[in-house]
Amino acid sequence: MNRGGARHPLIELTLSRFREFLREPEAVFWVFAFPVIMTCALGIAFRSRGAEPVIAGVVAQAGADEITAALEQAGGFTVRRIPPDEVERAVRDGRAPVVVVPGSPPTYRFDQARAESQVARLAVDAALQRAAGRADAFAPVEAPVQNVGSRYIDWLVPGLLGMNIMSTGLWGVGFSIVQSRTKKLLKRLVATPMSKAHYLMSHVFSRLLFLALEVLVIVGFARLFFDVRVHGSVAALAGLALLGALCFGGLGLLLASRARTIEAVSGLMNLVMLPMWVLSGVFFAATNFPDAMQPFIRVLPLTALNDAMRAIVNEGQGISTVRPEIAILATWGLVSFVLSLKLFRWQ
Amino acid sequence: MKRYGSVTAVDGLDLKVRRGECFGLLGPNGAGKTTTIEILEGLLHADEGDVQVLGLRWGTDAAALRPRLGIQLQETQLADKLTVAETLRLFRSFYPSGPTVGELLDIVELAPKRDAWVSKLSGGQKQRLSVACALAGRPDLLFLDEPTTGLDPQSRRQLWEVLERFREAGGTILITTHYMDEAHELCDRVGIMDQGKLIALGTPRELVASLGAEHVVEFALEAGADIEIPLLAALPGVRDVRRDAAHLHLSTSELHLTVPALLDLLSRQQATLSQLGTHSATLEDVFVTLTGRQLRDE
Repeated sequence: MNRGGARHPLIELTLSRFREFLREPEAVFWVFAFPVIMTCALGIAFRSRGAEPVIAGVVAQAGADEITAALEQAGGFTVRRIPPDEVERAVRDGRAPVVVVPGSPPTYRFDQARAESQVARLAVDAALQRAAGRADAFAPVEAPVQNVGSRYIDWLVPGLLGMNIMSTGLWGVGFSIVQSRTKKLLKRLVATPMSKAHYLMSHVFSRLLFLALEVLVIVGFARLFFDVRVHGSVAALAGLALLGALCFGGLGLLLASRARTIEAVSGLMNLVMLPMWVLSGVFFAATNFPDAMQPFIRVLPLTALNDAMRAIVNEGQGISTVRPEIAILATWGLVSFVLSLKLFRWQ
Repeated sequence: MKRYGSVTAVDGLDLKVRRGECFGLLGPNGAGKTTTIEILEGLLHADEGDVQVLGLRWGTDAAALRPRLGIQLQETQLADKLTVAETLRLFRSFYPSGPTVGELLDIVELAPKRDAWVSKLSGGQKQRLSVACALAGRPDLLFLDEPTTGLDPQSRRQLWEVLERFREAGGTILITTHYMDEAHELCDRVGIMDQGKLIALGTPRELVASLGAEHVVEFALEAGADIEIPLLAALPGVRDVRRDAAHLHLSTSELHLTVPALLDLLSRQQATLSQLGTHSATLEDVFVTLTGRQLRDE
């Protein structure tokens, strides 16, 4: 077919989407720089620090020197002097998770609700008891286990990847469609012989081009700077990312299929994304929520994507173990694509 | 016929555009021009009536019809961050045949801008690009909805030249406008629309001639002075008298008799002129005579 120097319409449409995206610096920032900065910040904040000294506070009053000496001799403590009127604040703001008030017997001030505080109390108690003459019943053999892929950052990166696939899928597809609608460009395109399916597909396809870049950037960055390794097959990860992108691209189409303004579609997207950011285990495990909510959380597309990616990246599972998640993602994607074809407002 | 709720936007329009002509739909904003053209373009459905385009119907022959039409819409904003050539290549890819992108650029004289972003184009250049997109499939029939609204005179003239060339090559044009001079310059035939109805149809020359008066005298009087309409209507050559907020308008077939008689009448009535002018009758005067209103509310 003679196209006067132009390629197949699907290719031209996809290229146009791709070019428009790359020429929009803000979009490039949110898709690429933002997740990298996020990974970096969280990776640093939650890095594993090996055996760190326990911080113990000692109230600055008579008897403080003896307690300080006992803790320093036991080893593994950083001792801080706390003025008597600041004890509670020191425990609360984390300056000293446990504060010893010298006396006979000494008093431990700590926060029962915080694991860190409880651990510090146990360590301080053991050291002071020993210094006061308590003998150990036996000397245990200590053999630390170094787990691969068990750090917070290892757990976090697949979740960030899932979140990124969700937000770029929804924003990338939804925003540009609604923008074309408000600028009457959609109406103009419908006035040509362009195939409507080609138009919708071009949005999903251009997502896939970015997706490859996004995944490479995030996974590469995490590998280089935080030594986060993909324990399962890279092909399985790529396939899963692809399925996730198709699923959220379809959801983006659906959200954009009737919205007339950017404000309307932004509201819809936030409505859809916000619950998943919280519930679907991006920053903390979805299992923290009550059992009654679990069936609902399990069928959310982001939960399925995150769980499946963690199984592959962290646990080295194969694609066959994540079949239920694949089914959930495929269903969401297919249903939204079919619905949006029916609901889509072209002008 | 097309209704929006209780408002009937286009009402009983009976119109035939001939192959190879440039037909202008003329009328004020809200007359139903855009609704009419979008029904013809297959973007809106008529609630009643029969629409045939190139002998085909939208209901049954849409796939055959689309590639043969070139369409320019009133409000379309093309993608800002694509270049001129990229935009044309995209539109060209939708059509099975037509000029190359380079040829399209030459037709609308945008070759020097081929690598410029659409956002960097002037209003006139954007409109020519929009027309180039409409020409991408070498259409038999070109629909243009107010293509020169808001353009400066030079840009309008450049666009007219593009349209003239399209017509010389055998194309048919249906254009809407509220510029009289544009209709006069471009169109073989003009249909004047008002409130959803076609109120006049003919060549621009025929329509002006139908006034029976080739000239219009416009004048205003000093504050406080007034003159009775019947006195003016009785002046030699005068066919019609009309008064608006600031001026009195006399349509006349014999300017050389009307003006001296008018001056004579005014001096007898001791009314002093503050303004006096004459112009040849235009399509605007046709519209005003038919409706009693101006085409543009200026």
